[in-house]
Amino acid sequence: MNIMNKITHHLSDQLLIGYSAGTLPEAFNLVVATHLSMCDECRAAAQSYDSIGGALLHAQPTEDLSAAALSKTMALIAKGPKAAAPVPAGSDLPDPLSAYIGGGLSDVKWRPIGLGVRQAVLKTSHAATARLLYIPAGAAVPDHGHRGTELTLVLKGAFSDETARFAAGDVEVAGEDLHHKPVAEIGHDCICLAATDAPLRFSAWIPRVAQSLFRL
Amino acid sequence: MRMNLEIVQETGASDHQVAYVAYNSNALDDQKANIRAVTKAIPKNIWVDHLKRIQTDQDQQAFAELFGYFAPRVKAFLMKSGAAPGMAEDCTQEVMATLWHKAHLFDPSRASVSTWIFTIARNKNIDALRKQRRPEPEELTWGPEAEPEASDILVMQQESEQLSQAMKSLPGQQRELIEKAYFGDLSHGQIAAETGLPLGTIKSRLRLALTKLRQTMK
Repeated sequence: MNIMNKITHHLSDQLLIGYSAGTLPEAFNLVVATHLSMCDECRAAAQSYDSIGGALLHAQPTEDLSAAALSKTMALIAKGPKAAAPVPAGSDLPDPLSAYIGGGLSDVKWRPIGLGVRQAVLKTSHAATARLLYIPAGAAVPDHGHRGTELTLVLKGAFSDETARFAAGDVEVAGEDLHHKPVAEIGHDCICLAATDAPLRFSAWIPRVAQSLFRL
Repeated sequence: MRMNLEIVQETGASDHQVAYVAYNSNALDDQKANIRAVTKAIPKNIWVDHLKRIQTDQDQQAFAELFGYFAPRVKAFLMKSGAAPGMAEDCTQEVMATLWHKAHLFDPSRASVSTWIFTIARNKNIDALRKQRRPEPEELTWGPEAEPEASDILVMQQESEQLSQAMKSLPGQQRELIEKAYFGDLSHGQIAAETGLPLGTIKSRLRLALTKLRQTMK
């Protein structure tokens, strides 16, 4: 899936290195892998960070293996490869994301979280949360701040907040300092994949109640 | 249009030809010099042929040699990433078995063998130690007629070797920074910027390769 319009908001080097090193929480890896499926610029950067990993592996002092290691490996090889998890066919979303949904956008089980906004939490490890957000054209996600890092990748439509405009393929990396209110553009509903490694902090108390109910 | 072209060709033929030949022989010399430099700098470190032999002939001798070189490095890598020795041993065997099974997916114009093995070991680490799934970007596969070119393979392997050399000669503190980023859960600094590792050309070359790939897929 290669997005035709130009992607202007990319992943940070820190996230790309973390993805390459394998040290990010699963939910972040999902956002990164989905963005890489849409953005050749970042895919090339991620692969070049892999080559640092390769150079590091190459430069490792060696650690001896048991005498039987090679024959045990040959036995593993004889057993044949493990079956890879099938990727749902004909999805309208990038492969890594379809694998978590088990299909395309029409298979998402949305739950309303107020003001027309809907979400679907995806199952990942607990270190961070990943969810799909559905923001109707012109609607806003309640004003909120962050304790940790929040990644928001636009899949369809576009949104704007206090910092910039984000269209399909763009990713917003929001740190603790950002307090924002994303608004979907008029004309198209906006669908995003978002990941946070800490709960969001809403300014008003009603969303805070909603938060405790809906795992926002 | 055709007339114009012919006129240009007629009048400018000799100049063009000379320039073309000069350019071509230069390129050829450059390439030869490159090949000499590579074979001189890395007598044994190109494992690409080994992988090819595994892929096409299920060559166990080639696998044994590759195993002898890389398995002890993979085990060291997994232990530094937090695996106990027994677990690192088991995971290493699985990593090397995966290498055999996936040998046909290795693309030497996009990665060195050690980079490719690193990605397999990293994924094994995430799976076995961190107990997480590893989402991977959508696969981009080469069409049957779009085999990577020999010169692309050569350059990628050469630059990877330069990167390896640069890594080995990094001052201790900078090397430590990278090891922390790749083995620990510390936040990651701007590795390329802070250490001056030659990543720029690899990055832009991979970017070009992807553009080329997208064009052949259309």
